[in-house]
Amino acid sequence: MADRFLPRDRFPALVEALRDAGYRCLGPRVREGAIVMEEVERAADLCFGLRDRQAPGSYRLEEGTGRHFAWANGPTALKPLTFVPRETLWRARREGGGLRFEAPEPEVGPLAVIGARACDLAGLALQDRHFLEGEPDPFYKARRERLFLVAVNCTHPADTCFCASTGDGPRAEHSFDLVLSELDEGFLVAAGGPAGADILAALPTEEAGEERNRRADAEIEAAAQAQKRSLPSRNLRDFLFGRQEHPRWEEVAERCLSCGNCTNVCPTCFCHSQETVPDLEGEVSDQVRQWDSCFTSGHSYIHGIVVRATTANRYRQWLTHKLGGWHDQFGRSGCVGCGRCITWCPTGIDLTEEVAALGEEPGGA
Amino acid sequence: MRRGGAWLPREAEVAERVEESPGIVTLRLRLTDPEARRQYGFQPGQFNMLGVFGVGEVAISISSDPGDPERIGHTIRRVGRVTNPLVALDEGDRLGLRGPFGRGWPLDRSEGRDVLVVTGGLGCAPVVSVIEYIMARRSRFGRLTILQGVKHGADLIWRPRYEAWARDPDTEVGLAADVPGENWPGHVGLVTELFDRVRLRPGRTAVMMCGPEPMMRAGARELVARGFPADDLWLSLERNHHCGNGRCGHCQLGPYFVCHDGPVFAYSQVGSLLAIPGL
Ligand SMILES: Cc1cc2nc3c(=O)[nH]c(=O)nc-3n(C[C@H](O)[C@H](O)[C@H](O)COP(=O)(O)OP(=O)(O)OC[C@H]3O[C@@H](n4cnc5c(N)ncnc54)[C@H](O)[C@@H]3O)c2cc1C
Ligand code: SF4
Ligand code: SF4
Ligand code: FES
Repeated sequence: MADRFLPRDRFPALVEALRDAGYRCLGPRVREGAIVMEEVERAADLCFGLRDRQAPGSYRLEEGTGRHFAWANGPTALKPLTFVPRETLWRARREGGGLRFEAPEPEVGPLAVIGARACDLAGLALQDRHFLEGEPDPFYKARRERLFLVAVNCTHPADTCFCASTGDGPRAEHSFDLVLSELDEGFLVAAGGPAGADILAALPTEEAGEERNRRADAEIEAAAQAQKRSLPSRNLRDFLFGRQEHPRWEEVAERCLSCGNCTNVCPTCFCHSQETVPDLEGEVSDQVRQWDSCFTSGHSYIHGIVVRATTANRYRQWLTHKLGGWHDQFGRSGCVGCGRCITWCPTGIDLTEEVAALGEEPGGA
Repeated sequence: MRRGGAWLPREAEVAERVEESPGIVTLRLRLTDPEARRQYGFQPGQFNMLGVFGVGEVAISISSDPGDPERIGHTIRRVGRVTNPLVALDEGDRLGLRGPFGRGWPLDRSEGRDVLVVTGGLGCAPVVSVIEYIMARRSRFGRLTILQGVKHGADLIWRPRYEAWARDPDTEVGLAADVPGENWPGHVGLVTELFDRVRLRPGRTAVMMCGPEPMMRAGARELVARGFPADDLWLSLERNHHCGNGRCGHCQLGPYFVCHDGPVFAYSQVGSLLAIPGL
C-alpha cells in the first residue's frame, strides 16, 4: 500500500484511533533519564524533542529537536512484552493425597506499541523462532498474538548502532502493523497487514506525494551511512569456534564484571531459569520462570561443578553463542545490531571491538 | 520430542522403591492418569524431569526397559537439594514427571553389531537400560562387553546383575575400582585400563559411554587410538537442565542444546567441544 501523510498537528489521532479500536498503548516516555516504553493515554504523553547520545557505557538525553522519534533506542526492546522477566508457568496443588498441575492463563488484552525500531522487530522475529517453533510456548504465543506494532524508521542512529551491517535496519521491513517515517512536518504512514490497514483508514491522512517519500528515503539512507560501528556481514561461526583458546578472552574478562546487563538488554537473549516457589502452608507451589544470563555461575552449574567457572569462559559463551552457535540453531546470527549491550555495559565493552581483536593474531601488532 | 513439549508435569506415583546402596535408590514410577500412561513411551538413554512438590525438578535418566513403559524406572543418587527428598519418597507418594526428553542411544543402528558399554560411577544408570534391552533381545546383537569403573569397590551397585550378565556366553564383564576395598573381584585402577584385557573389534562395535566427562574423554581418545571410528562412539553428557525441551538455554554446548540434541552424542559431534575446558 502506498504511504499516506499524517500532518504533525493531526498526529494525536494515531493514539486516539488505537485506543478507540480497543488497544492499550505503550510508547516512548522518559523514566530515570532514559527513554522506555510505557503506558500512554494520549499523544501528549509521548516524549518529544529529545535526542540520545550513546557511547560505550554511557547514555544521555538532550533537548532540541522538533521531532518525536529523533533518537535511536532505549534500554528496553520489545522483549519484556512477549518473554516477560518473571512469570508463573504452572502451579502444583496438593489434593487428597495427590498432586494437581495447572497452568495459569496469561492475562492479555490487545496492546499497541508505538515506536518499535527495525532492530526491535528483528529481535522479536528471532524470539518468535525460539519460542514458537516446535510446540509453541503458550505464554509467549498469547502475548505475541495480541501485539499491534507501530514501527518507526530510524533517522538518528546512535554511535553504538550497527544494524546496517547486520542487515536488520535502519528501515523496518517486516513484522509491523503500521510503519511511520518522521519528517519535520509530519509522518508518512503505511500499513503492514489488515489490522494496520484498519487503523490507517481511521486516520485523517492525505496523499503523501513523491517528494516526501524521496526525502524520507534519503533520511533512512543517511542513517545507514552515518553508522560508525559494524560487524563483518559474513557468518562468524567458524571464525569464533576456531578461536576458543585466543588470549583475548582473558583480556576482556579483566574488564567484564559478569553482571549480565548485556544479556538483559539484548533483544534476542532467551535464557531463563525455573524456580519452585511454595506457599507458606505448603499446599500450593508455583513454578516460575525468570530471565537468566550465561554470565551467572548458576547458568552452567551441575552437581558440584560450575562448567563455565570463569568470566573468560562466560564472555566466550556469550559471544560465540550470539554470533556463532545461533547460525546452527537458527540459521543466522543472534545479533541485530542494536548496540544496547555496548551502551549498557558498565565498563563499556564493545562486541564489535572484541570481534576485531579476535581477528588479530595473538601477540601480533 | 518437539522443542517446547512436555512443559507441564503429569502426576506420577511411586509404584516401587528399591534401596540399591546407601544413597542410591531406584524408583519405579507410574503415571496416575490412564490416558497419559497409555501414551507414554521412551527410548533407552532418554531422561525425565522429576519434580518434588515445593522443592524443584531434576533431570534423571530412565533406567528401565522401554518394553514396559508403564513402570518407568529411575536410579537416583542422593547428592543435594532436590535428590535428597526425591530418594526419600515412599511407595504411594506422588511427584511430578515431565518427559521423556532428548535423544537416546542408537540402538536401531547398533543391531547386528558388537556393543561395548563403558561406564563410570552412577554413569551405569542410563546404560543399564541399554544392557537390559540387549539382554532381552540377545540374538539381535553381537558380542556385548560391559566395563564398569567405580571409585570405591563399595560403590558398585547391582553386583548380582553383573554376575548374571557375565554368565551369558556372548557377554564379557569387566569391573575396575580405584580403591578396591574388601572382596573386590575386578581390576584395581582405571576403567580404561580394561581395554587391554578384553577383545575389541574396531569398526564392528558400537560403543556407549556414560560417566564423568574426564573418564569419557580419556576413554574415547584411547578407543580412537585403537582404531575405533569417532562415529561409533556414543557419549551421554550431563549439563544443567531447567526446561528439558530446548528453551531455557542452560544446557548449551557449542551449537547444541544437550537436552534436545543429546544427551547422547556421537564423539564425532562433540569431541572437539569437550576438549576445550570451560565450554
Ligand atoms: C541428562 C541427565 C541425566 C541424569 N541422570 C541421572 C540419573 O539417572 N541418576 C542420578 O542420580 N542423577 C542423574 N543426573 C544428575 C542429576 O540431575 C543431578 O544429580 C541433580 O540435578 C542434582 O540435583 P540436586 O538438587 O540434588 O543437587 P544440587 O547440587 O543441590 O543442585 C541444585 C540444582 O542444580 C541443578 N543441577 C545440579 N546438578 C545437576 C546435574 N548434574 N545436571 C543437571 N542439573 C543439575 C538442578 O537444577 C538442581 O536442582 C542426570 C543429569 C542429566 C543432565
Ligand atoms: S548482541 Fe548487543 S548489539 Fe547485538 S542484538 Fe544483542 S544487545 Fe543488540
Ligand atoms: S547463552 Fe548467553 S548469549 Fe546465548 S541466549 Fe543465553 S544469555 Fe544470551
Ligand atoms: S534444559 Fe533448557 S534448553 Fe536444555
